[in-house]
Amino acid sequence: MDNNAENTIICRCEDITLADIHRRIAKGEHSLEEIKRSCRCGMGPCQGRNCTPLIAKELATATGKSIAEVTLPTFRPPTAAIKMGSLLGVKKDG
Amino acid sequence: MVKTADVVVIGGGVVGCSTAYNLAKLGAGKVVVVEKKYLASGATGRCGAGMRLQWGTETNCLLAKESLRMLAHLPEMLNVDINIEFHQNGYLLPAYTKSMVEQFKKNLVLQKKLGIKSQWLSAEECLDVVPFMNIKGVLGATFCKEDGHCNPFKVTEAYATAARNLGVEIYTDTEVLDVKTQNGQIVVVKTTNGDIATNTVVNAAGGYAKNVGRMVGLELPIFPERHEILVTEPVEPLLGPMVMSFHHNLYCQQSPHGSFIMGIGHPNEPESFNTQSSWQFLCDMAERVVEILPPLAKLNVIRQWAGLYDMSPDRTPIMGNTPELKHFFTAAGFSGHGFMLSPISGQLMAEMVLGNTTTFPIQMFDVGRFERGELFAEPLVV
Repeated sequence: MDNNAENTIICRCEDITLADIHRRIAKGEHSLEEIKRSCRCGMGPCQGRNCTPLIAKELATATGKSIAEVTLPTFRPPTAAIKMGSLLGVKKDG
Repeated sequence: MVKTADVVVIGGGVVGCSTAYNLAKLGAGKVVVVEKKYLASGATGRCGAGMRLQWGTETNCLLAKESLRMLAHLPEMLNVDINIEFHQNGYLLPAYTKSMVEQFKKNLVLQKKLGIKSQWLSAEECLDVVPFMNIKGVLGATFCKEDGHCNPFKVTEAYATAARNLGVEIYTDTEVLDVKTQNGQIVVVKTTNGDIATNTVVNAAGGYAKNVGRMVGLELPIFPERHEILVTEPVEPLLGPMVMSFHHNLYCQQSPHGSFIMGIGHPNEPESFNTQSSWQFLCDMAERVVEILPPLAKLNVIRQWAGLYDMSPDRTPIMGNTPELKHFFTAAGFSGHGFMLSPISGQLMAEMVLGNTTTFPIQMFDVGRFERGELFAEPLVV
């Protein structure tokens, strides 16, 4: 694995490098859902807003698909991180 | 895709992968796993990732004890280089009512008899384990320090890797459409990627086990039930044990990775395949968990999701075949604790499929127990 790939951080939330992603793809993980579950990229505070498009591009290159053919992982609520404390009392009010 | 197999396992969750590995290890011949989506895409990958010995029936205690013993050295046992994030920080189960205290004390007697080192803590002693816990209304608690956490994706990957090393073929993105029988024998499993001729099937389809059973005319009393869950941002170690309150119907654990994983069981959740998240859960969860663990109010929730418990009527797994179809085996109905029971369950299933003497007696786990009225009635499920 070349040094650039080892030193390039793809997922800043979980410190996942480009080389990590290449290794997951080489293992046969050919979808964003699988890669996400095996190394937590896209599961951090940014919820994949930084890493998902980058990994999609790597997957497309490795599998010979176009980026449009790479299925995106499920987007999950809440859209932005929210403090537990901010959610208190919602039920009583509404 | 292979055209024939000695055994086809339906479902690429942790139970299916553990069963497939054990089948191959015991020399079952050609073993194939068929998974509709990807490995651990169902209940396994959506679960709370806890494992505990503190159960209310002897059977669950024994299955959990043996599974935990295996998880403690799983990568070595499977000869794979995968970190399954095994941690033992205990489970704390606070009691809030007299009947709960009575039940918990009964559990302790049972657990002690089975060599499980759980203990009774007074409300004040709970603070030694979780210093910031709100003990208002707590009448005491049971605690077992051997309970803990494992990463479900990694445990599944470990079993799948070990299974492949033994020649098991795993087909993902492949859905089973039908299982055909002829004169009381299974003949073929029809999938979206072709047919596999086989005489033996293991139904490890979790919440979909009933649908798979119906393919061979078997009506399994297993129903899917949505359970919601959320995760926070990772923070410094703060909470040692899993806190599980049957009074609040919640569990909450800080994973070794630093994030808090928590969920609640909804008593009126209907039978369905719904895995949508709801804002009601998000608010309910925050309300209840902050009441017990106040500092959690400062944590950011970053993601919520839902998964299906494969519920059985007595909340105990169904493992076995039926007299009508001896080569159709079910390993489902784990009712929310399939992940933590998967190591021993896979081994027992493989032994049963091959007609070997099982390590533990398990003939009483068959689906026939519901007609015979021989239930286990596990009281401790959130």
